[in-house]
Amino acid sequence: MKAHRWYAPWVLVAPALLWLFVFTIWPSLNTIRLSFTNAKPLGGNFSWVGGANFTRLLDDPQLGRALFNSLFFMVVCLPLLTLLPLLLAVLVEKPLRGIAFFRVAYYTPVIASAVVVGLIWTWLLNDRGIFNTILQSMRVISEPLPFLTERWLIILSAVAVTVWKGLGYYMIIYLAALGNIGKDLHEAASMDGANAVRRFFAVTVPGVRSTMTLIAMLICVAALRVFSEIYVLTGGTGGAGGEAMTLVMLIQRYSGGFEGNLGYAAALSIVLFLVTLVPMGAIAIYNRRQDS
Amino acid sequence: MSVPTADKALEVDLLETRAVGDPKRKRKSLSFDSVSTGEKVLRYVFPVVMLVVAVGPFLWQFSTSLKGPLEDIYSASLSLIPSQPTIDNYIAVWDAIPVWKYIGNSLLVAALAVGGNVVFTTMAGFAVARMKFAGKGFVIACFMGVLILPGEATIIAQFVTIKNLGLADQLLGVALPGMVGALNVLLMWNAFRIIPKEIDEAAVVDGATVWSRLKDIHLPAVRGTMAVIAIFAFIGAWDDFLWPLIVLTTPDRFTLTIGLQYLAGTFSTNQRIIAAGTMVAFIPIAILFASLQRYFFMGVEEGGVKG
Repeated sequence: MKAHRWYAPWVLVAPALLWLFVFTIWPSLNTIRLSFTNAKPLGGNFSWVGGANFTRLLDDPQLGRALFNSLFFMVVCLPLLTLLPLLLAVLVEKPLRGIAFFRVAYYTPVIASAVVVGLIWTWLLNDRGIFNTILQSMRVISEPLPFLTERWLIILSAVAVTVWKGLGYYMIIYLAALGNIGKDLHEAASMDGANAVRRFFAVTVPGVRSTMTLIAMLICVAALRVFSEIYVLTGGTGGAGGEAMTLVMLIQRYSGGFEGNLGYAAALSIVLFLVTLVPMGAIAIYNRRQDS
Repeated sequence: MSVPTADKALEVDLLETRAVGDPKRKRKSLSFDSVSTGEKVLRYVFPVVMLVVAVGPFLWQFSTSLKGPLEDIYSASLSLIPSQPTIDNYIAVWDAIPVWKYIGNSLLVAALAVGGNVVFTTMAGFAVARMKFAGKGFVIACFMGVLILPGEATIIAQFVTIKNLGLADQLLGVALPGMVGALNVLLMWNAFRIIPKEIDEAAVVDGATVWSRLKDIHLPAVRGTMAVIAIFAFIGAWDDFLWPLIVLTTPDRFTLTIGLQYLAGTFSTNQRIIAAGTMVAFIPIAILFASLQRYFFMGVEEGGVKG
């Protein structure tokens, strides 16, 4: 007896496959094509310019700065977002009274838009915001700290926003992994006289190791793509002279308006893709080594 | 310090099948006897501190949005409760930008994202998980392969595609690319795979059609994952910023996030109005999430979200 007609599965996958080709696979090939042209966002004809966009990349001071900003952002985010959510997950894992409420509350920053979150933090961090006001009234500082105007402080502010917004998300992933650790392992460790800290490192961390690697990879890739947080914190400017701009902010800048240059933006997109391959490759190699 | 047995049970692969309902894998608590007093204090104090950290900034913004022009919002004597609460700032937001229109625009984009993802990824996930056909491996490889592409890296060419379709500066152009998420197809595939094969075979012998098998047997079993996909699709579309920022240029067609950024640019000196604007964008999604959180966390525990 036949389970289905031969075309039934194709009818079912057709819409999803069509979408995938039109809006993901074709654009990724077209990015390469566009990077050899001088296409403009306002339309009109474009011509082939060979490798001109790529030679321009090499002596664009903005690119080096943006790459360094994105990298710095990633390096600071990575340890914070790999470890803090795990601690949080361990603490809310046990079904104490009202723990469901806490889980939902921790998840609130995740569901808010990056624009909403960015504007809330702009108000907390600006010259007359709550952080500067408290620090000044405690006489820790005499002048407000330029959280939203100085290059490194902007990036660190964006790290704070990202960590604050991401905690709940990664906590949920860790919670699912923690649920898989056998209760007997913890009990055996307690019986052997291991305290909570010891159990954390001897049972919990090895137990969630593969999840941790996955999360580390997700964080690296997401961090290299940072856009909204810095865009909103700096009102779209990227700080004085665009000093705190990231790679994606550069792509967005060239995507429209009079400055727009889709060919150059496509070349920048290729750089972004190659840069995100590095952490993915590194972690894939690390994983393979651990498994063998 | 390797713990081989636990490690084995634990291989958290994005696509690994999980045995739902296996009692060993259910979250179990330690008996409270083994928890020391110090640990207990930590377990209550730390979550409360984190609660303040997570929710505090929202409350501060909400409080600012209700403070009138006569109240000093900058003073060092910080007061969370407005002395004379007023909704004037909200009225000012409604005067400055067409809020209802922006909400409608955002809702339209979000509705298309939810509808597209729920229907199309369920169809595709079902076919690759429960049917045999030539080329299946290729289809799965396509959906997996694109996961290494960061969305931002194709956004320029995606904009060119939308422009060529005549959809630049259109809400449909904003909504269209997000209507099928490759990861969602894989999540549905994973959800359908867990259902035992024998059920299908029995139904085929009984002469059940593909459609009736999907409707009566499989859909009820994957509702949790569908709920997670729907909720994430809605939140993703409602919150999205970069893509509508690139596609839309006419203020009348803005989504709420773009309108909000526009408002913040126009009233950069009036924190009260910006605060009111952020609350307008945040409160609907917060209410929606709070009312659906049960399904969300249920779906997550079923294995709906693995990163």
